[in-house]
Amino acid sequence: MHVPDGFFNAATSISAGVVAAAGVAVCLRGARRELDDRTAPMAGLVAAFIFAVQMLNFPVAAGTSGHLLGGALAAILVGPYTGVLCMAVVLIVQCVFFADGGVTALGINIVIMGMITVLVGWGLFRLVTRMAKGRAGISAAAFLAALVSVPVSALAFSLLFAVGGTAPIDATAVAAAMGGVHVLIGIGEALITTATVGAVLAVRPDLVYGARGLTTPLVLKGADGTTSPVGTVPAGRPAAGGIRPFLLGGVGVTLVLAGLVSFFASSNPDGLEAVAENKGFLDQATDHLFGSWALADYGDVGGIPVGIAGVVGVGITLIVAGAVAFAARRRSGVRV
Amino acid sequence: MGAGHHHQLYRPGDSPVHRLPPQCKLVAVLAFAGVVVATPREAFWAFGAYALLLALVAGVARVPLTHVLRRMAIEIPFVLFALAIPIIGMGERTEVLGLSLSVQGLWAAWNILAKASLGVVASILLAATTEPRMILLGAQRLRLPSLLVQIAMFMLRYLDVIMDEMRRMRVARESRGFEARNLMQIPVIARSAGALFIRSYERGERVHLAMLSRGYNGSLPIIHELSGSGRQWGVALALPVTALAVLGVSLC
Repeated sequence: MHVPDGFFNAATSISAGVVAAAGVAVCLRGARRELDDRTAPMAGLVAAFIFAVQMLNFPVAAGTSGHLLGGALAAILVGPYTGVLCMAVVLIVQCVFFADGGVTALGINIVIMGMITVLVGWGLFRLVTRMAKGRAGISAAAFLAALVSVPVSALAFSLLFAVGGTAPIDATAVAAAMGGVHVLIGIGEALITTATVGAVLAVRPDLVYGARGLTTPLVLKGADGTTSPVGTVPAGRPAAGGIRPFLLGGVGVTLVLAGLVSFFASSNPDGLEAVAENKGFLDQATDHLFGSWALADYGDVGGIPVGIAGVVGVGITLIVAGAVAFAARRRSGVRV
Repeated sequence: MGAGHHHQLYRPGDSPVHRLPPQCKLVAVLAFAGVVVATPREAFWAFGAYALLLALVAGVARVPLTHVLRRMAIEIPFVLFALAIPIIGMGERTEVLGLSLSVQGLWAAWNILAKASLGVVASILLAATTEPRMILLGAQRLRLPSLLVQIAMFMLRYLDVIMDEMRRMRVARESRGFEARNLMQIPVIARSAGALFIRSYERGERVHLAMLSRGYNGSLPIIHELSGSGRQWGVALALPVTALAVLGVSLC
């Protein structure tokens, strides 16, 4: 969903550019704190990783596939400042070297896809990890961060569109359609982010920025089998496998929503989209967006106006988000 | 963005456009895009003139039309969106071929299509005539924060390495019969992504140590002294200045 030139008016593009420049400047400073003189090579390699991982297609639902945005993932793995920086560099490179996204819309793209996803993701991640400790807490936090960051970024797009969009479309309709569609994408993003963070945690927990408080203390093992811990012992190590309930929950919700989507898709007569998807260039965001918009012109979708479907979608995310937060809190209550 | 990023846009060549210093071309493209976005949508022929200007640049740079057209596929999602606007737009409606379309929506669709296409073609021409490394050196000349430029440089330099690692993992997965068909396969893909992250991060650490051992102290030495002469700036800025003149005439 890289915004091209001409989609927003000049004033909005310029203001977003100023915000993006200021944000990147702050993050350059902050990233030096996170990485000191390793910033250039490390952030460069992580940016290349995010660029690559955005090409990993995963099945979302009902035959559509999506790919990661990566904002929340970047924030959790390398920290918020480096995360914003990497996302911004990825977007700049995509814009300048691959002509993806307009030059004048670069600021808008950085604000929507780089800064908002990372900041929302990181904020939620910190909030949940503070409430729920341990690996399960991190899994829940990663799930929630990725789940919410995508629709929030879509809503930010709608807000900007209402302020400075060049098309005469009802702003609430844009918000509803974008929000509803991105809830689904958010679920895919959440599942894959959680599982990826879990995979890295299992192998190199020291590399996960968001799990810095989770390092296991050094334990010395003698030849006779005696063990003696060095330093402090944690009160109780949380069991592994905390990812499963969230995976199952996410899958359940996806199934429910998949019904909703397939019913968008089944009455969709547009063959161009299918072709575009086969060619592999159709972004998952716009894919759904146009699916529902193309339907919107035919009045309604099987009796449900798209707007209502969108609102339902947003409502469902909020419920899911609340449920995950509640589950995570109870979990920590039991353990501590 | 899907699979669009596989082939590099750069086409080696030795045209006058290729020889211009990168910073001049960057400024020219940015200014041109700015002029295009600021053009009122009623000025039909101004957009035609812009397209002619770009065609002229492509001709001088000897960038084949097919190369440009193939890369323009990147904007297809937004083209679809633009085509939907007249149908769902608000306001006064008109009959075209039996369809009830919004007048405002038609204007908006034209506006987005014209401006987005011109912007994309300008970016494609920049990327096709300038080596990626040189674009970054040009950006550094334009006083972009050097840390940002360095990050982008490392990203570009190692992008192919990381992409190759990802491809090897995909080949390994698929040669064992894996196919991402439903949600149950997400853990497998996520494990690949996790492994890719660890490899990228560890490679970053190794690169950093290798740089330290060669005397890295936070800034990269500049070996190319890129300076644009007044004439080169003039040639590069001819594009946006002509576009601005077209805009001025169209407003009169």
